[in-house]
Amino acid sequence: MLAASSSTIPFPVLTSLVVVPLVGAALVIFFGRARQEWTKLTALLTSVTTGAVSLWVLQAFDSSEAGFQFVSQHEWIPAWGISWHLGIDGISLFLVVLTGVLFPLVIAGVDPHHDERPYLAWLLVLEAGVMGSFISLDLFLFFVFFEIVLVPMYFLIGGWGYDQRVYAATKFFLFTMAGSAFLLVGIVATALLSRDSVGSVTFDVVALAETGALSVTQGRWLFVAFAIAFAVKVPLFPVHTWLPDAHTQAPTAGSVILAGVLLKMGTYGLLRFGVYLFPEASVWARPVLYTLAVIGIIYGAIAATMQTDLKRLVAYSSVAHLGFIVLGTFALTDQAVTGGVMQMVNHGVSTGALFLLVGMIYERRHTRQIAELRGLQQVAPVFAGFFMVVMLSSIGLPGLNGFVGEFLILIGSFDTARWWVIVATTGVILAALYLLWAYQRVFHGEVDDANRGFAELRPREGALLFVFVAIIVFTGVYPKPMLSRIEPSAKALIEHVESRTDYQRPAQGEAGK
Amino acid sequence: MDLTGDFVAPSIDWYALSPYIALLGGALVLLLVGSLTPRWPRGWYAMLTALTAGAAGVVASLQFAALADDAPRSLMKGVLAHDRFGLLAVIAICAAVIITSMMASDVAVSAAAAGDAPSAVADGAQTDSLEPYSLLLVAALGAAIMVTANDLVVSFLGIEILSISLYVLAASDRRRTASHEAGLKYFVLGGFSSAFLLYGIALVYGTTGQTNLGGIAVVLADEVTLPRNDAMLLAGVALLLVGFAFKVSLVPFHSWTPDVYHGAPTYVTGFMASLGKIAAIVALVRLFVVAFPVRADDWRPAVFVLAVLTLVVGSVLAIVQTDVKRMLAYSSISHAGFMLVGLEAAGHIGSSSASEGTSSTLIYVVLYSVLALGSFAAVSIVSRTATAAGSTNATSLDAFKGVAKTNPVFALGFTVLLLAQAGVPLTSGFVAKFGVIRAAVSTESYVLAILAMVSAVIAAYLYLRIMVSMWLSDSSSARRTVSFAGRVTLAAAVAITLVLGVLPTYLLRLSESLASLAR
Repeated sequence: MLAASSSTIPFPVLTSLVVVPLVGAALVIFFGRARQEWTKLTALLTSVTTGAVSLWVLQAFDSSEAGFQFVSQHEWIPAWGISWHLGIDGISLFLVVLTGVLFPLVIAGVDPHHDERPYLAWLLVLEAGVMGSFISLDLFLFFVFFEIVLVPMYFLIGGWGYDQRVYAATKFFLFTMAGSAFLLVGIVATALLSRDSVGSVTFDVVALAETGALSVTQGRWLFVAFAIAFAVKVPLFPVHTWLPDAHTQAPTAGSVILAGVLLKMGTYGLLRFGVYLFPEASVWARPVLYTLAVIGIIYGAIAATMQTDLKRLVAYSSVAHLGFIVLGTFALTDQAVTGGVMQMVNHGVSTGALFLLVGMIYERRHTRQIAELRGLQQVAPVFAGFFMVVMLSSIGLPGLNGFVGEFLILIGSFDTARWWVIVATTGVILAALYLLWAYQRVFHGEVDDANRGFAELRPREGALLFVFVAIIVFTGVYPKPMLSRIEPSAKALIEHVESRTDYQRPAQGEAGK
Repeated sequence: MDLTGDFVAPSIDWYALSPYIALLGGALVLLLVGSLTPRWPRGWYAMLTALTAGAAGVVASLQFAALADDAPRSLMKGVLAHDRFGLLAVIAICAAVIITSMMASDVAVSAAAAGDAPSAVADGAQTDSLEPYSLLLVAALGAAIMVTANDLVVSFLGIEILSISLYVLAASDRRRTASHEAGLKYFVLGGFSSAFLLYGIALVYGTTGQTNLGGIAVVLADEVTLPRNDAMLLAGVALLLVGFAFKVSLVPFHSWTPDVYHGAPTYVTGFMASLGKIAAIVALVRLFVVAFPVRADDWRPAVFVLAVLTLVVGSVLAIVQTDVKRMLAYSSISHAGFMLVGLEAAGHIGSSSASEGTSSTLIYVVLYSVLALGSFAAVSIVSRTATAAGSTNATSLDAFKGVAKTNPVFALGFTVLLLAQAGVPLTSGFVAKFGVIRAAVSTESYVLAILAMVSAVIAAYLYLRIMVSMWLSDSSSARRTVSFAGRVTLAAAVAITLVLGVLPTYLLRLSESLASLAR
């Protein structure tokens, strides 16, 4: 059962996840001018506090409970049936933790080239928005966060990005907003059409999912509206074209956050709102989504192979990886959904780290062209080592985190999406192809004059990457703590689908055991 | 109609009429006393204007509050409506006059301070004179009559009072030929549209024998007494719609808008975009919802088509402009499309959600007028500095380059207003859009709802362009001087935008009572 559990506690933990970064942003803006040297410290402290709260949530999370925990519910706009309803379950838990951990890391580890104060403020606003979208249990509230995230990201890409930044930022904004146009109409229609079955107009996700009754046609149309918005965000083929531009032009911190958590808002939305609210339509739409996911996997991999720009290569690899997540989400088996959620986190960690590394290369060489880089392993062996581990995790090498998620997705989807899985599996091989080939071209070979001065990893960079690698190795070797928290919620979600449709998941062993 | 009976003068509720009297009185005092006395010290004309409008606004607010318990009624034998729908519009109109008079005096002061050098030919430059202020009050009177008129003839009077004042205001910058051109163009096309309106009124009167909106509805609803002359009635309704479409500037009757908005002094443009829009939209909604509910199935498709055209054409043409005033002019057209989405929802008379369409349209236009006032004030501030620096086209997008570097707080405020116009959540613009979309969805106009949202995305590109120019381009100018009036206007607009964006509950709780119109 996904109904809200009663584990409410006096302190509004989840609200603080949204409020603390906002307060931080305000402090940075208003007091940063007088105290330049404290700006960064303030930003760091607030993001660390948020991260600490998210870790506390992780520690206090009851892994035997499938429903929403730490629920906080207050009226916001009663006239429209909108409430400030937050809650966390196994599906959102690790995304919240990932967000909480990633932000302090990029704030500590990556410095902007100019205008530090607004940069940090926008980052903190972004953190509040992302956190909010992962913990909202009210459709309207979710939409607010989902949409508000565009503003800080727009300014981060546009203000601190590279040459084509204005083009990329505008494209990012308009693509996502076009998707949101459908989402908004879908949200309103969902609430209004469920009015009779729920008893009143409400945007509460739990109420809508548990008691709302939509006709088959209504459900399918609404699902399509939701799916368009999330497909843009994920991004799924063919609406992915904003992603390579945004990633390539964004500043390093922007790319890390974009890949790490922003894209997950799409896959998370598909799972939390698509599947949960429209079970019948999700089962109905599976073939299309599988196909788009698999096209994304193969197309992303092939496009990545062809890239001459290292950052663009990583961006296209994201398209491929997110294809796997969508495949797992809609396979609707315990293992596949658990794997999908896990892969959201894994992709965030490993691709985030890859973007950091590419950013470091750019800082040193002022180029991201693969052709201009060679032999870096000779001059910077430690750097190359880190790159290697992160890259292998992205490829999905057993023993590292990428493997666990991808393997669960593929094995879990085999029964429900057999032929798609067979094609998708080649994507794993292609990932090895483009990443290893890129590694070979950049790090192997004789070092030439231009690259001879390539500086070795600095202590601060090393510390930053060490955190990423630690997560990569730990979850790769011992994924059980993560899986055991995700699985009950994933299972409950699929049971919800089963209870609403004639879909039956194939009998199989429990995931991760 | 019985015209032979004894004439009984209607009883007059002077208190209910006091906002109109205040506006008229203020205008007359200003005009008479002002002309007979030596030139007043700077800012005094504006002060008197603002005080008059403020007084009218306060009285209207009190009446608005009193209507919480009383049922809406009509005044003077059904000539004027006394309901919350109209009074909220009157309050907004008064607020628009206060803000505009401040901006007008600001323009005059800065022009005078800059001396008589040719470079001082600022936006709307002229020394402070009383005419614009009295015209503002007269225009407000016209608008107030329009939004409460419950009779076609009275409505027409209101339209003419408002329009004639606006023609003169648009042409009031004597030193710029663009302003003359705007005034003339507005005058010719406005007169043209008035002819349509009059013809429509005549045909409707000819069919129903009534000019009173409620009376028309009664006649039309009564199948027995209905003089069956459908063609004439429909032609009348169509002509009325065309006439209002000119005033609201709906596509394809919008062609005057960009030129007039561009040519008029910027504070007048803001005035037209706020007060003019409120008056025209509210009068249009009242006319169709009160007088022609029975014929909703006939006019709703026409409104649908106008809405789609206005949304799409308005936003597409907005993004190819290079002048900020023209951009905002087209964006005001696109916003009018959104308002029509609400009117279309109000046209689903059988649906229980039709009233939502009425109230959401009003809320939309009121919230939009705040954004428009703030945005045009911002344009006015930037263009004044650019003109002083010798720029030939002071409102081009280039004039906004790097504003964020020179005036970060100002740029942030303007950005909030632009984001609100784009419909970003936590701003009043989003609340407005959400209300209209909600009304459309609950009457099952999904196509219109999606088209509206998609065109909002197209229009968003326009606001992004202005933001790019402000934030992401290097400064080409020194720090812009932001006058006191400019600061107050922007601060007020931003505060309203954010407060109503985050906590719209109070406004929404009104919506039920807003939709009950006097008949």
